[in-house]
Amino acid sequence: MRTDLYQGHDYYNMDDLLSEEHKLIRETARAWVKQEVSPIIEKAFEDGKFPRHLLKGIGEIGGFGPYIPVEYGGAGLDQISYGLIMQELERCDSGLRSTSSVQSSLVMYPIWKYGNEEQRMKYLPKLATGEMIGCFGLTEPDHGSNPGGMTTNFKDMGDHYLLNGAKMWISNAPFADIAVVWAKDESGRIHGLVVERGMEGFSTPTMGGKWSLRASDTGELIFEDVKVPKENLLPNKSGLGAPLGCLDSARYGIAWGAIGAALDCYDVALRYSKERIQFDRPIAGFQLQQKKLAEMITEITKAQLLTFRLGQLRNEGKATSAQISMAKRNNVDMAINIAREARQILGGMGIINEYPIMRHMMNLESVITYEGTHDVHLLITGLDITGENAFK
Amino acid sequence: MKILVCISKAPDTTSKIAFKDNNTAFDENGVQFIVNPYDEWYALVRAIELKEAQGGSVTTITVGGADNDPIIRKALAIGADDAIRVDMEATDAFQVASEIAAKAKEGGFDLVLCGKETINNNGAVVGGMLAELLDAPYIPLATKLDVSGTTAEITRDIAGGEEVLTAQLPVVISAAKGMAEQRIPNMRGIMAARSKALNVAAPAGTEASTEVKSYSLPPAKGDCTYIDAENPAELIKKLHEEAKVI
Repeated sequence: MRTDLYQGHDYYNMDDLLSEEHKLIRETARAWVKQEVSPIIEKAFEDGKFPRHLLKGIGEIGGFGPYIPVEYGGAGLDQISYGLIMQELERCDSGLRSTSSVQSSLVMYPIWKYGNEEQRMKYLPKLATGEMIGCFGLTEPDHGSNPGGMTTNFKDMGDHYLLNGAKMWISNAPFADIAVVWAKDESGRIHGLVVERGMEGFSTPTMGGKWSLRASDTGELIFEDVKVPKENLLPNKSGLGAPLGCLDSARYGIAWGAIGAALDCYDVALRYSKERIQFDRPIAGFQLQQKKLAEMITEITKAQLLTFRLGQLRNEGKATSAQISMAKRNNVDMAINIAREARQILGGMGIINEYPIMRHMMNLESVITYEGTHDVHLLITGLDITGENAFK
Repeated sequence: MKILVCISKAPDTTSKIAFKDNNTAFDENGVQFIVNPYDEWYALVRAIELKEAQGGSVTTITVGGADNDPIIRKALAIGADDAIRVDMEATDAFQVASEIAAKAKEGGFDLVLCGKETINNNGAVVGGMLAELLDAPYIPLATKLDVSGTTAEITRDIAGGEEVLTAQLPVVISAAKGMAEQRIPNMRGIMAARSKALNVAAPAGTEASTEVKSYSLPPAKGDCTYIDAENPAELIKKLHEEAKVI
């Protein structure tokens, strides 16, 4: 890959809305990415392996649970800060952001919100530094968009729970130390359990053959009569709303992250269009290329405004799940379209790994369907505005 | 050991440069500012390394308005203990050096570090003026710095080699590339910076001794003409008849 020349783009002076600390957090994440990740990301993607040596650095820049309170090892930052970190990580690679947002929103968040004090103190400080890595088990082979249909279950055996079932498409699973697993009790109610690596009957086979998120490790979680100590059940919330609350946080991070991927594609395409000479002039001077570039920055700017406002609402505790769905859906769709248009501006150069565009495009094919598919998020908006449930 | 590091802001290297007020002032509109890289990457980081190894404290000092606070907070996030901002809009290097000297005398610092130059005006004179005002030795363009007891050992690049010097503290040193490696602040540092002291100090009131008459940009680059390496006669002809330089 070429030297990472990325510059942010801020057409509507959104930076005026950020605090100096927000900008420093963003600058820090960007500088770390350029120094530590950009030089190796193409190789990691090609090899299909998450570069685990980055975990400590992600922790140091606040990439693990930045909004978790300081007493639990987090940074106690606001939601805009979290979003900015996600934006900078996904600006480099969606897989990098996935590792960070899974740990933050799907592992640390439920332990913080639904766990008891002992569980918070046991897990959160180590998760914040990256010394411990977690994953989130909700999706099953036969239950993706319909997580409420899950079959993974646990039985009360008196002094422990007995967990059985299987989860699929789990980011970080192959190397996670713990898994926050959602399973039904004997009455059919969904609860969160912290399953630790090493528990007998618990395995995490790696899923291969991905053409997307190749720099992120994905696996299965298999539970065969796993004895889970009773103190590992998250006591403070149950029902499908519990995992969906985590997904709200994660999807919010994705909304920011997608802007990062789009910005990188736009940045590369804009620079390339000014340097690439055809018919004795830079291709940036041709109307069809200008249309692509102008529409890209327009869509990015709209997404930035939408997402910043969503961040304010999150800070105030007022963002609804439906509002988050709208932003996740809009921004990922925006990013994938920009990746495709940017690829065309680069012509043949757009398909090789000297430039990041094709990698972003392939990654976004996952992002557009994980954590709620593009279609499901549309139905969430539809339900919200009409009151009519079109899911079933 | 008490270390003082002079920090100033500079336009990001990708900024578009423009002037205002009849070309007598730099137009800061839309410009992103960074910590001057020589101050940050080399002077500040080496100061922090010395403090980490030997104890002591690192204070930064900046002459300027509140618009400098973001870059000062970054220096605190990287690891400086506290900061002084002399609240005045200085327009020349002597003013800056005089104001820093006044505070440096009050603070009784053992070591004063600055970058070899600031990348906006590239004056590279504050360090020398400051040393003179403090009646301390000045060693510019240092690529290596160690301190043992009250003796500083400094390495400088010279034509064809290196020069190693020693000097008794207090000493003023300007840092060049090689003295340290850039440190990216971490989240702990950013959080800690919130509560570190950024002391805004009244200026001693030094008057500027120079006035900017005008700034101008370098002439735009002309078109590039390629000449076949096998055809030196054409090169000579163009240099003679078109460029008129020979």
